Amino acid sequence: MKDLVIIGGGPAGMSAAIAAYENGVKDILILERDENLGGILQQCIHNGFGLHKFGEELTGPEYAWRYEKKVRELGIEFKLNTMVLDVSEDKVVTATNTQDGIFQIEAKAIILAMGCRERSKGALNIAGSRPAGIYSAGTAQKFVNMKGYLPGKNIVILGSGDIGLIMARRMTLEGAKVHAVCELMPYSGGLARNIEQCLNDFDIPLKLSHTIIQIHGKDRVDGVTIAKVDERRKPIAGSEEYIPCDTILFSVGLVPENELSRTANVSLSPITNGAIVDQDRQTSIEGIFSCGNVLHVHDLVDYVSEEAEIAGKAAVEYIKGTKDDSVLIPVKTDGKIRYTVPQRITKKKDVAVYFRVSNIYKNVMIKVSDGDKTLLSKKKIKVAPGEMECITLKKEIFENAKELYFSLEEM
Amino acid sequence: MYDVTVIGAGVVGGLVARSLSKYKLRICILESENDVAMGATKANSAIVHAGFDAKEGSLKAKLNVRGNKMMEAVCNELGVKYIKNGSLVVGFSEEDRAVLNELMQRGITNNVEGLRIVEKDELHEMEPNLSDDIICALYAPTGGIVCPYTLAIAAIGNAMDNGAHLKCNFKVTGIDAAENGYKVSSENEFVTTRYVINCAGVYSDTIAKMVGDNSFDIHPRRGEYMLLDRECGDTVSHTIFRTPSKMGKGILVTPTVHNNLLLGPTSYDITDKENKDTTAVGFDAIINSTNETVKSVPVNKTITSFCGLRSVGSTGDFIINSPVKGFINAAGIESPGLTSSPAIAEYIEDMLKADGLALEVNPDYNPIRKPYYSFQEASPEEKNETIKENPAYGKIVCRCEGITEGEIIEAIRRNPQPRDLDGIKRRTRAQMGRCQGGFCGPYVTEILAKELGVSYESITKFGGESLINVELTKGGQS
Repeated sequence: MKDLVIIGGGPAGMSAAIAAYENGVKDILILERDENLGGILQQCIHNGFGLHKFGEELTGPEYAWRYEKKVRELGIEFKLNTMVLDVSEDKVVTATNTQDGIFQIEAKAIILAMGCRERSKGALNIAGSRPAGIYSAGTAQKFVNMKGYLPGKNIVILGSGDIGLIMARRMTLEGAKVHAVCELMPYSGGLARNIEQCLNDFDIPLKLSHTIIQIHGKDRVDGVTIAKVDERRKPIAGSEEYIPCDTILFSVGLVPENELSRTANVSLSPITNGAIVDQDRQTSIEGIFSCGNVLHVHDLVDYVSEEAEIAGKAAVEYIKGTKDDSVLIPVKTDGKIRYTVPQRITKKKDVAVYFRVSNIYKNVMIKVSDGDKTLLSKKKIKVAPGEMECITLKKEIFENAKELYFSLEEM
Repeated sequence: MYDVTVIGAGVVGGLVARSLSKYKLRICILESENDVAMGATKANSAIVHAGFDAKEGSLKAKLNVRGNKMMEAVCNELGVKYIKNGSLVVGFSEEDRAVLNELMQRGITNNVEGLRIVEKDELHEMEPNLSDDIICALYAPTGGIVCPYTLAIAAIGNAMDNGAHLKCNFKVTGIDAAENGYKVSSENEFVTTRYVINCAGVYSDTIAKMVGDNSFDIHPRRGEYMLLDRECGDTVSHTIFRTPSKMGKGILVTPTVHNNLLLGPTSYDITDKENKDTTAVGFDAIINSTNETVKSVPVNKTITSFCGLRSVGSTGDFIINSPVKGFINAAGIESPGLTSSPAIAEYIEDMLKADGLALEVNPDYNPIRKPYYSFQEASPEEKNETIKENPAYGKIVCRCEGITEGEIIEAIRRNPQPRDLDGIKRRTRAQMGRCQGGFCGPYVTEILAKELGVSYESITKFGGESLINVELTKGGQS
């Protein structure tokens, strides 16, 4: 029996553990499948982490180490190389590792912090052959930064997600030539600063509204055919271009890894692919919380850490019996706002609502309303799917509301 | 000198070698690729056909029905998962119904058991996800599913455990008459043998021509498939065929033994025997057909797509004959080739016997091959026992399919030994799940390099020049 079991020892899991510990629950166990704490940050050796949280530019491993050091100082227990196989609705965690074999732990509360994975090439149905030389950007990052091997010399990247942009620069610094980054959408899904620092600074062309329509090569990739796409994202005949290359990297989106949430019967959102949570990041199952990229994909690890602190504190309240779940109201969106986290909130405290929009919009008004009544509106010069937005609501403005409706109006 | 040399380590070659390993024979299997099961065996519908398709009296009909009857026992001996899930050929119209009745009659003539037409109500109870436009179906309870490359690997592994040799990367370039048999050569080595069995798939015509047999040609017929996440495996429980037309058997929807959902194949005749490209046209055809047969197939849950080449013979039937003394063709083995494979092996065994090859029983022959240990399918107690004995079974490497380091090492150490990442994938399913090796690929590379005693950067995806990494990074150290 443990008070709190945290699944995942990445930035979310560690931050949640520290927050729980500092709020008075010390009987904590972190279960981590990798051989180190830190999660995906271990392979993110570029800088830019921690600007928001620490006011400094840290590398991924440096950022992770700030948390790992604290976990170690506080003496929070963790098990490495440990894979959780099942989480049950009544909070029994089944896991395995080489020392303990299969073991079960009953927990008073559980925090799900498993992170996300990259969408693979498979779902894209790209025609052509299946040679070696096709990787997700994160896999290439692992080869280069963790293993010390270069997976290729002449690269085409599909998708302008942040990992793809980071890898365009990383491969270039290793002496590879990145011939193009193709993006199906008319805008990039990555951060503006990454477009600037990873592509523009290295003269790597970003081809918006382009996709790979055919992969060539028998043993190893020897080229791709790319094409421009129309507004329905279909390739335009006559726009094809052949680019010789030996490697294709895919950076086509991240998917929260909720296999374990499903075993626990946690309700998931079809939009975020993560759990549906309240303001405390509690899922549909009382005492099971979710935070970080397993809940919804974040742009910055700083926000992951913040969100995990919320979950860690709330898990303590739950364990101590002080969490107040009364008077929850739903948060809904109009589609232009794709989703919010949380999706339901208590009327009893102030809340920060995070959201993403579904397209690039300029000069917009974000409105929060309850029926006909506008509770709050906020002007924005530009919003984009790649940048998460946040609005903090004081409880006074919604204490009589039946629901909160988030909408976007173009002005 | 070998007694029998089998050219081609697909499911047919594998089962032929395995059935001959019952006897005191020196057997060699030659394979041009880096691993076994690399041709049509790794990319087909994975169906054990009931036997109503093939024309009455054909070799296809006979061996299909016989193979269907043998399959369960063969799979049991070889530790291969086989599920008799039954198949349904669905009809949308009265014209289709007439074709289904014909098929049923043909099946009855072919000795297929249990065939019947099911009407709409019963059909939709059997398969609630079928389209409402379907009015009836031919139900074949003896239809089944099996993983073809698992079967080939197991058959070859079992043959090797019983003494057969396997030579991969042996691309046959010539067959010459030699004393009491043949000399089979590649560019840099050769074997001598009394008998040659030609199981070379799309290249079986090339091999036959090497002994002067110009009686047939093989052309490749492209078949593209889409494989969906295991989440979707319950969309249908039977194998769903469309009513055949002049265009062929059409695009099927079937669960696999691993509970993925498989959609395909397309059917285009091509000339290039190396062209396994998927096409945009093919994807559209698969998606459109599937949407007609089944409600709500989540095509966005596709985890991979691939293309196989059927070996279509110029005679319309399987070509199993001995054009010259000591040389046997098993050519043109297109559908229902997988189903027929155990029966083809038996048929060839009889041919050898009739030809006077002394088949003296090998007293050490063991028909049983232990399946690869499956951590996921073991009970918690078993898992703990196994981990205690060998802690490597406690380390999960492939998180999507739940495959442990122990299972990967076991696969590398058993016959036939995998030497590339795809070989590990086909044996263990590591890299076969929804992330397609994104996470575990680098670890599997490490385990394989260590077990084979080779460098990390020499590891390939499937042999040849299919290298995973091209060089060290600036600061990298091997």
